[in-house]
Amino acid sequence: MELVNIEKLLEKYLDAETSIAEENELKTYFSGAHVAPHLEEYREMFGYFSASKKEKFTKTIQLKSRKLNWKWLSVAASAVLLVSVYTGYQKNQQEKAEKIYRDTQFAFNMLSANLNKGTAAISELQEFETTTNKILKQPK
Amino acid sequence: MDQSEFLKKVMPFKDKVFRLAKRLLVSTEEAEDATQELYFKLWKNKSKLSDYNSIEAFAMTMTKNYCFDRLKSKQASNLSLVHSNYKEGGTSLQKRVELNDTVSLVHKLIEKLPEQQKIIIQLRDIEQYEFDEIAEMLNIQPTAIRVSLSRARKTIKEQLIKQHNYGIS
Repeated sequence: MELVNIEKLLEKYLDAETSIAEENELKTYFSGAHVAPHLEEYREMFGYFSASKKEKFTKTIQLKSRKLNWKWLSVAASAVLLVSVYTGYQKNQQEKAEKIYRDTQFAFNMLSANLNKGTAAISELQEFETTTNKILKQPK
Repeated sequence: MDQSEFLKKVMPFKDKVFRLAKRLLVSTEEAEDATQELYFKLWKNKSKLSDYNSIEAFAMTMTKNYCFDRLKSKQASNLSLVHSNYKEGGTSLQKRVELNDTVSLVHKLIEKLPEQQKIIIQLRDIEQYEFDEIAEMLNIQPTAIRVSLSRARKTIKEQLIKQHNYGIS
């Protein structure tokens, strides 16, 4: 394209009167090798614009990540709740059983103590019986 | 709108969303986070998307608003950092970008423009949207867009000439 035209386009460009097509013409001209020396500053400008458009978003976009996290979080929370309720119940049962065990043991202890009193009395009786036997068996 | 339709209609302009976010937020990481967040929002509201005549324009508006919110909250947090005498702040990032030699001079000049002009340059000169589309995205009159755009282009051109003259003399 002729230099005069380019200069005209540039003037329109600075007044923001150019169309997209005309701006593309300018971009093509300034990306070429034959740029007039007095228009050098535009080369940097249009070069930057063209280069900037090439920048890409390289990461992958996650659409449902957070939703999923909440779901898993609630699953985990309910599991923890379930486990803690269960262990709490177990512990409670165990304590109850221990209490019953202690009570029973106490009762047995009392029983055996009383039984021992009984045996002591019986051993006295035994003594009595051997004595009677001695007396009764003698005439034989 | 189901997933395949969403992928077909909404995914193609993810790069544009990302580039606009990066233009406004400067850092690549922030822009990536913003893109992810915006797409998540779009996906959540996918049932309402068909009400808009241009989903792309709607997405760009959302991007602009989201980035402005991010910038506001960033400024707010910077204030609190200044309060506690903490030196690292939002400026360090900007400085890092400026010190980076690979970043073009034009990039730095655009960075110095007012937010509105920045967005318009991005949407017109880089993404090449028509004025009507930009008007819909930014909810301002096409004539007002032309005025801002002309101002922005002239500023960049003049600054470039200035910098080059410094370089020569």
